[in-house]
Amino acid sequence: MNTRSQFAMFRWIVWRDMTLAWRRRTDALSTLFFFVIVVSLFPLSIGPETQLLRSIAPGVVWVAALLASMLSLGRLFANDYVDGTLEQMLLTPQPLYLIVLGKVLAQWLVSGIPLIVISPLLGVQLGLSQESLLMLAASLLLGIPVLSLIGSIGTALTLGLRGSGVLLSLLVLPLCIPTLIFGTGAVEATLISASPEANIYVLGAVFVLTVVFAPWATCAALRISLE
Amino acid sequence: MSRSKIHWYKYASPAHFYPLANKLIPWVATVAVVLFILGIYVAFFVAPTDFQQGDAYRVLFIHVPAAWMGMFLYILMAVYAVIGWAFNVRLSSMMASSLSITGAMFTCLALVTGSLWGKPTWGTWWVWDARTTSTLILFFLYIGFISLQSVIDDPRRADRAGAVLALVGVINVPVIYFSVQWWNTLHQGATIRFLSQPTIATRMLIPMLVMLSACWLYSIAVVLIRLCCIIVEREQSSVSFTEESTRENGAIAWGADK
Repeated sequence: MNTRSQFAMFRWIVWRDMTLAWRRRTDALSTLFFFVIVVSLFPLSIGPETQLLRSIAPGVVWVAALLASMLSLGRLFANDYVDGTLEQMLLTPQPLYLIVLGKVLAQWLVSGIPLIVISPLLGVQLGLSQESLLMLAASLLLGIPVLSLIGSIGTALTLGLRGSGVLLSLLVLPLCIPTLIFGTGAVEATLISASPEANIYVLGAVFVLTVVFAPWATCAALRISLE
Repeated sequence: MSRSKIHWYKYASPAHFYPLANKLIPWVATVAVVLFILGIYVAFFVAPTDFQQGDAYRVLFIHVPAAWMGMFLYILMAVYAVIGWAFNVRLSSMMASSLSITGAMFTCLALVTGSLWGKPTWGTWWVWDARTTSTLILFFLYIGFISLQSVIDDPRRADRAGAVLALVGVINVPVIYFSVQWWNTLHQGATIRFLSQPTIATRMLIPMLVMLSACWLYSIAVVLIRLCCIIVEREQSSVSFTEESTRENGAIAWGADK
């Protein structure tokens, strides 16, 4: 019974956040367009040589995805914090861990999936081969949840502070560096026809570790911020 | 059980620690200055010129201790922050805040001296190798901690938020280090190890260790001074820094020595 009610809570959180996001479609869409525009800026600033663009493509797409997810993470708890819903959530008997996980999952479905879906298109623009495109999407599929989970710690810590958007990036970006290295490493391996397995496995390990541990830190941070 | 006459836990209270810190600061600072002078003298006039690197290597007598201090102080800061958070020890959290700035300073110093050494030795100011990059990231982590604490107005929340961030950072440090090592590394391997014989001439090792001790004592002195400032700033209501209380403790306290 207890487990069932916890699962119901989890489902409710995901459903609720997705409904809210659907009613404010422009938020998710603007994140997506931010991602597309940032990637398009690189050929314009570096020059249209295909060889050069192909070699920087993994890094460019990954960094743009990282920045775009930082942008969308600011909204993860902010609205619920302002209208007091977050405080009520902290008071429920259901574990906060599941609430945080549900919110991050909803965030990923709303903002992360569109980024992953559109990333091969941007890869084509930068001249990536088919194999690299698949690997790009696969690495983002594993990597973006990690970025969201690490980012959720920063969001919870900076809740309600002045200038929290810039501060969030300052706190979270250094912690995201390993994910960035392994994600781009996997795509770059396909460029030189090496095996991307090692990078993907390590990225998978980082993913599992963050899924287990990051929500705890986020819960602690939320309790501190809402004290 | 040993019957200690000093109640050590007493010093976890800012009010009791303040006079003790004030007594320690002049001694620690004096020894630090003496060691700095001694270390710099030996480093510049006694240590032999390196066969390969010439005299440029002498900047390493500052660089290596600074890099070590940067790393140690981050771990120490995280430990203090977490103790302060877990056991609700105010002084411990204050210690973490005052350590963060000294740590950031040493990390920055390590980066600057490293690039000064890199130019004549490697022929370039900056190289994206594993250790340089991870030191840079460590500097970013310090900056994150300091800016988070400075933005939060409520000291209690600032302490705890800093503790969460420091804990997450300290868990991430090895991951960052190994991920950054993924690239081919240009940096020379470590020459001083705990378990094996160091591959460095003794006449070069001694000034290095003297400079390391000087950096430690300097850190202790500066951190204690900053800690005293924080105590005065935050605990003004609960601690009275009057003539009376300083005379009671027999301490050279705030304002009394002027």
